Amino acid sequence: MDALTIIALIVSSSLFAATPLIFTALGGVFSEKSGVVNIGLEGLMIIGAFTAIVFNLTFADTFGSATPWVALLAAMLAGGLLSLLHGLASITFRADQVVSGVAINFLALGLSLFLVKLLYDKGQTDMIKMNFIKKDIPFLSDIPIIGDIFFGDIARPTILAFAIAIISWFVLYKTPFGLRLRSVGEHPMAADTMGVNVAKTRYIAVFISGLLGGLGGAVYAQSISLDFSHATITGQGFMALAAMIFGKWHPLGAMGAAIFFGFAQSLSIVSSNIPFLQDVPDVYLLIAPYVLTILALAGFIGRADAPKASGTPYVKGSR
Amino acid sequence: MSVSKNWTVLAVPVISVLFGLLAGAIIMLVSGNDPAAGYAALWNGAFGDSFYTGETLRQMTPYVFAGLAVAFAFRTGLFNIGVEGQLLVGWLASVWVGLAFELPKFIHLPLAILAGAAAGAAWGFIPGFLKARLRVHEVIVTIMMNYTALHVTNYFIRDVISDGADATDPVHETASLQSEFLQSITDFSSLHNGIYLAVVAAILMWFMLEKTTLGYELRAVGYNQHASEYAGMSVNRNIILSMVISGAFAGIGGSMQGLGTFGNMFINSGFSGIGFDGIAVALLGGNTAIGVVLAALLFGALKVGSLNMPIESGVPNELVEIVIALIIFFVASSYMITWLLGRFKKKEAK
Repeated sequence: MDALTIIALIVSSSLFAATPLIFTALGGVFSEKSGVVNIGLEGLMIIGAFTAIVFNLTFADTFGSATPWVALLAAMLAGGLLSLLHGLASITFRADQVVSGVAINFLALGLSLFLVKLLYDKGQTDMIKMNFIKKDIPFLSDIPIIGDIFFGDIARPTILAFAIAIISWFVLYKTPFGLRLRSVGEHPMAADTMGVNVAKTRYIAVFISGLLGGLGGAVYAQSISLDFSHATITGQGFMALAAMIFGKWHPLGAMGAAIFFGFAQSLSIVSSNIPFLQDVPDVYLLIAPYVLTILALAGFIGRADAPKASGTPYVKGSR
Repeated sequence: MSVSKNWTVLAVPVISVLFGLLAGAIIMLVSGNDPAAGYAALWNGAFGDSFYTGETLRQMTPYVFAGLAVAFAFRTGLFNIGVEGQLLVGWLASVWVGLAFELPKFIHLPLAILAGAAAGAAWGFIPGFLKARLRVHEVIVTIMMNYTALHVTNYFIRDVISDGADATDPVHETASLQSEFLQSITDFSSLHNGIYLAVVAAILMWFMLEKTTLGYELRAVGYNQHASEYAGMSVNRNIILSMVISGAFAGIGGSMQGLGTFGNMFINSGFSGIGFDGIAVALLGGNTAIGVVLAALLFGALKVGSLNMPIESGVPNELVEIVIALIIFFVASSYMITWLLGRFKKKEAK
């Protein structure tokens, strides 16, 4: 293979692997910026993946080639609903947010596998027929060299991921709602004094994180795994969490980190084709996202600070 | 006052378990199954005869260690989500020692278990150190350490210990926890000597936390870091120590799998789930030694018994996962339960 083909292959497969992570990591940003830790991202992806696959299998004849897109909406709704449970526990019942997130992960996996057994009477679903495929982007892919590398073989959800990342940045940093959301995560008492409804803002943020987490799971299921079983989502949610931290709780940073993690994943797959990477054991590329996140947190790659009130329930009147 | 307070401490886990089981029953009803038959199958699958009882106790063994690990860190105010990873490296280390040496049993077996403890402790040291020195949140670091452990142990099994195989050889008999006696009284279940060690470990944790200066300091740091610092305790040292001891418990949990249940180690495509279940065990057990043992027994019974549910009653065994999730959820929302209890009492008073 010549260099250009290899680069194009790496870029395309990196973006492919990164897309679900971008959505989910953005979900994490919304939740944590409002002061609610969301370890449950993994569970939200699971429920999203499950809903999308079931929806896709059931309605493939009704919606035809639009099925995966409609399934995304269903998956977002499922993720949103499940995240409200996390909100209920961690905002209203003042539960430990990490514990509640762990419960969400258990619940999503148990519930979805239980329903798969009920619906299909076996451990995993059939393969879906309508899935997201990689296609060249019209016009842009005709640009010499750059076009082949960046705009050839791109799945459509990738474009959506970029768009949502930019919208998220705009909403969080350029709108009154975003300001309120961030203030609730930094100093809820001050925000409360200024008339911001802390609980309501946090509920909305957690709901958005559920929508995006479900979306991430649905995109993963309909473009990479193509069916649903216990092994469909194994750690992608936690990797998205890592991307959020590595991206320093910033939407565009989270997107960049997700792409980087996608790059590390795709390298471990295509490395056998690349001369100087052939001898590197896979294990280094596999653990790279996690080790880098630890290093980032330890301050070796710039300081990463969480929103100040992240993880603490807000009790009116407490100091 | 203290009597009613003690009552609340017990009430939260008991009510949570009841709520969890009740919700499970409702789910069974809605999905067209008979809850009575489902739970009868669960009970039979957990304690129906000596074989199932043996399996339940075997499943309980690593749960005790994972639960103790989480609980121990909790008492110092730390959340060790990394039990899963510490368990994996402990599993690998003890299997490795069990394979690499030829020694008499009274040296080999303790050495293999100690290797597991040391590996787990080392894996726990990193997040402890980062927390103590650099104030990095231990939750995220331990999650990342879990995935690192998963890939690193798989690499060691495939490329270092064996030559491309999916599993290691069984450990030498001199490093094995398997017990012919326990197997014979439980109709040849996979119950092994580790269950004794689990009980000893629980007593050890109780003694360490409640009866030693070290334990007092660890708990003090958990209650109030600033007060402990002011009283002359080293908060940083205690944070690291707590994570190291917690990791050691988790590592021995891995030894139980490697030297007892399976007798070897194999490539894991995902986590065993024991570390995450350990969080549920610790929470339900109120982070006390005796509570962890009881909760581990409950979760062991739920897990093993659930396998019988599809056979006897046609209920998918994943129902138990939902019940466990809801139990964690209710325990975590204990504010809701104590609030409800408070309302209840007020009405009675009127």
